Amino acid sequence: MNAVITVLGKDNVGILAKVSNECANVDVNILEVTQSVLQGMFAMIMFVDITNCTVPFAHLVDTLTEKGEQMGVKVHVMHEDIFNAMHKI
Amino acid sequence: MINSHDILETINMIDNENLDVRTITMGISLLDCIDDNIDIACKKVYDKICRYAEKLVRTGEDISKEYGIPIIHKRISVTPIAMLAAACPTMSPVKFAKALDMAADTVGVNFVGGYSALVHKGFAQGDYALIESIPEALSITEKVCSSVNIGSTKAGINMDAVAKMGKIIRQAAELTADRDCIGAAKLVVFCNAPEDNPFMAGAFHGVGEPDCVINVGVSGPGVVRAALAKAGDCNITEVADIVKKTAFKITRMGQLVAKEASRRLSVPFGIVDLSLAPTPAIGDSVAYILEEMGLEQCGAHGTTACLALLNDAVKKGGVMASSHVGGLSGAFIPVTEDAGMIEAARSKALSLTKLEAMTAVCSVGLDMIAIPGDTSAEIISGIIADEAAIGMVNSKTTAVRLIPAIGKNAGEELNFGGLLGNGPIMDINPKSPAKFISRGGRIPAPMQSLKN
Repeated sequence: MNAVITVLGKDNVGILAKVSNECANVDVNILEVTQSVLQGMFAMIMFVDITNCTVPFAHLVDTLTEKGEQMGVKVHVMHEDIFNAMHKI
Repeated sequence: MINSHDILETINMIDNENLDVRTITMGISLLDCIDDNIDIACKKVYDKICRYAEKLVRTGEDISKEYGIPIIHKRISVTPIAMLAAACPTMSPVKFAKALDMAADTVGVNFVGGYSALVHKGFAQGDYALIESIPEALSITEKVCSSVNIGSTKAGINMDAVAKMGKIIRQAAELTADRDCIGAAKLVVFCNAPEDNPFMAGAFHGVGEPDCVINVGVSGPGVVRAALAKAGDCNITEVADIVKKTAFKITRMGQLVAKEASRRLSVPFGIVDLSLAPTPAIGDSVAYILEEMGLEQCGAHGTTACLALLNDAVKKGGVMASSHVGGLSGAFIPVTEDAGMIEAARSKALSLTKLEAMTAVCSVGLDMIAIPGDTSAEIISGIIADEAAIGMVNSKTTAVRLIPAIGKNAGEELNFGGLLGNGPIMDINPKSPAKFISRGGRIPAPMQSLKN
């Protein structure tokens, strides 16, 4: 089962590291990362495998959202099905 | 693999364009709760709702969190209570309203619909008593919504019921005059009421429905408007195409939520209602979509044409995205719940007569319109009859939800707060239809062939 983590906001040091660290702590495997910085705005999209996640998915959502707030960026953690449903026929 | 543009587009829709699933509504049949002892019947009603909907709110919240989609309301619709009231004719049906309100509190939903009667061809046992009790029921409960179906394309319009409902709407407003007449905001009069509508205040669980069912209402006027704004100066064919594509995406999200809720609750999936339902929040307005199409303000000449295009394109886009479509499905135009409509009504760009024309091409009817407090019951009945005639002849649902603002006049405002919004009291035509309304009887069902 895969999820998509997106991080949007003002670029600062260690965003990727902090998000990956949280993932590693709960056995969430990172499959792919794309990121771009445009005029100081940071946008990262991370595909992760949550099959072996050691905490309930809702808990992971809360942890990463909170972490995002501390870093001043907006973090969304969403099940991949929502994107498949909306954008694929 | 999903591409990043699609991901960012979805997130932008949710964060900035008010994309949400408006409601997950669980329909519950109460036919097995009928009892000639009203206290036993009420206990059965309370117990059944609490048993079936115990996990509804929690499940909605879980889905919302996992998929990152706001799910605004979790609600319940039930079998029209008049059918239960029929078994205990000597008792006031208000006890049922209290049981529904208590059950709604226990399971944590914000509205329960179905304090209803279907009288399009005449009053059966229980119907009249229920209709008489509506004003009291809506004044002593908070979460109960009521609806009455007074006409249909196949049966015609029950003018006795139309006359009665004019009085009932006034009484519902009078009994709640200290709370901005909110009683009337929870009461809908229908022609061709759908049996699977998930939206309040008109939701009820029809007799043709299964024991329990999950219906989902989607929304997203902000998303449609943003998509049109991005497109710039394109022609109307392209506008229709953009609306269709956007409606498809919105509905697919609703379908996913509906299927997931149905699976987790082990309740059959009923329908997705493809509606653009506005809220008073800025950016979540159907009127703004019409203005984005090129109107200076909603209500201008051209509004009906824009709304017809919008309503049709939403259906065309949505139908392909969902396995079962139903309910009201179309664009809603509730005046006090739509920031653009409120502004248009305030500036008098939007009048009641224009709204009536608009209802001929969109999904609901004269919805959430505050009228002067001294409006007579006969005039309200006249408005209901006009609206029902539009629904009856065009084989579509129409509804009337008017709020007589007791003690106030045109130009003043009512404020319900929250989702029901606020808005100006609109002018009405004061000429009396009293003699027409007092005749009673039924308007015969219209021809369904020889359509020229």
